[in-house]
Amino acid sequence: MPRWARLVACVLVSAVFVLPLWAMLVVALTPRELLFDGGAGLWPSAWTLQNFTDLASSFPVWRWFGNALLVAGLTTVLSVTVNLAAGFALAKLRFRGRTVVFVLVLSTLMVPTQAVMIPQFELVARLGLVGLFWAVILPSASTALGVFLARQFFVSVPDELLDAARIDGCSTLATLWHVVLPLARPLVAVMSLLAFMTQWNDFLWPLIVLRDPDLYTLPVALRFLQGQFDTDYGGLMAMALLASVPLLVVFVALQRFFVAGFARSGVK
Amino acid sequence: MSSARRANPAYALLAPNLLLIVVFLLVPLVWALVMSLQAKRSFGPGRWVGLDNFSRLLGDEVFWRALANTAAFTVLTVPLSVGLGLALALLMDRALPGRAVFRTIVYLPIAVSTLVTSLVGLLLFDESVGIVNGVLRDLGVGPVSWQTDGTLAMLSVAVMTLWTRVGFGMLVYLAALQDVDRDVLAAAEVDGAGAFARVRHVIVPWLRPTTFFLVVINLIWSFQVFDVVYVMTNGGPGYATTMLVTYAYDEGFGPARNFGYGATVGLVLFVLTLLVTVAQLVVQRRRDA
Repeated sequence: MPRWARLVACVLVSAVFVLPLWAMLVVALTPRELLFDGGAGLWPSAWTLQNFTDLASSFPVWRWFGNALLVAGLTTVLSVTVNLAAGFALAKLRFRGRTVVFVLVLSTLMVPTQAVMIPQFELVARLGLVGLFWAVILPSASTALGVFLARQFFVSVPDELLDAARIDGCSTLATLWHVVLPLARPLVAVMSLLAFMTQWNDFLWPLIVLRDPDLYTLPVALRFLQGQFDTDYGGLMAMALLASVPLLVVFVALQRFFVAGFARSGVK
Repeated sequence: MSSARRANPAYALLAPNLLLIVVFLLVPLVWALVMSLQAKRSFGPGRWVGLDNFSRLLGDEVFWRALANTAAFTVLTVPLSVGLGLALALLMDRALPGRAVFRTIVYLPIAVSTLVTSLVGLLLFDESVGIVNGVLRDLGVGPVSWQTDGTLAMLSVAVMTLWTRVGFGMLVYLAALQDVDRDVLAAAEVDGAGAFARVRHVIVPWLRPTTFFLVVINLIWSFQVFDVVYVMTNGGPGYATTMLVTYAYDEGFGPARNFGYGATVGLVLFVLTLLVTVAQLVVQRRRDA
């Protein structure tokens, strides 16, 4: 394919892929009367911030952001900690029951939340967690992807390094903390980004366990607003835009970490 | 140091993770099996009914419809997610001005939540005020019934799903393309293989493990589809886009709150996922051996 043809193809593909985001942006900035008048266009004749101000004055938008940050933040810390520890043990320590552990970790791939959501909900309710952020955080902390990424990284850390630390008198935990973790910063970055993004965007499980609108995370809040706004897409798109922009900015800024993480998930 | 004492830190490091898996995944799985043998509404006590839920499943037209819809959705989304991912990866692999920008644009939907994707999907495909019909109207084409025609509704849901998935396929393929043996490609070119022949006989075989991984993960994602359907069509019109998970959700968390039957529908998804994952492990093991 000649160079100019590839360039044209790239431009067309990019146009198609950017269209939904563009539509969201334009409609969020389009005055309501215009939307109901001619329907939504791709280049409105007038702009307004009314949709955003109306949204912020009628709904606890900032509270939803706080919830999202808190839930995704806590999930990230917990998830990175437990998955990193497990990945290290699987890569570098010898112990009995390895196969059992491996099967257990794999089971997080084989048992999707969607398949067991009903008993999971009753369990979480019986534990008294419904209506608490822990109901969202705890079930999503352990992920096979997290454990595998960590294990893969630690396998490449030379044993000599750990042996040297042990000869110097470090316990296993001290070695992990003082010797291994400082090496693992890129790994921690990748795992954190993936965990944060997954939780920030998760919908079905928070929908099931968060009942109070004051506790909603952003996707559940968006679903709630869908019911409030119906086809008044201006306000809906304003919220959709607000919910997406932070993650899009982080994604573009730290793209190489995301790409590394996803790529390693797929390429053995 | 004795092996028992050396084993201690490993268990301490693994314990929190395993505890979470057992409590929040394996206990619910066993409980789902129990519930599937019970007549049980909401948190009420379950009454043992043997295989009643399963025999209802076999005769339940809506269930078969949901299964068929999930299959149709899978057929619509998986080959295109993987195929377009490969096509775009090949397109954007070699040097090109602005390549980084093009790549980023195709990746962006990965970072967008499915809820936002679904709401934008509604905005695009809304029959009366939607953008797609607006553009078509400007072109002189009458309103297309994206929401009242079952087939078109399914199509609109699939299109939005592809938007979020093609970038992932491209990303994974681009990473794998970095490892393609350039010498073999050059040799093929010397031997007179054209661009298409090089892709077909060198690159595609080389990428087979990557393709396999992408097919598996996309299959699992398609089996589990919920968000985009729940928001864009709520399973309708009629039952035209009802999927396994939306049906399980409606049974369990809808007005009926039929936990026993909902859990039974959920188990069907579990079995499908299990089959695909086990097949993947078997193939991978054979390849590694």
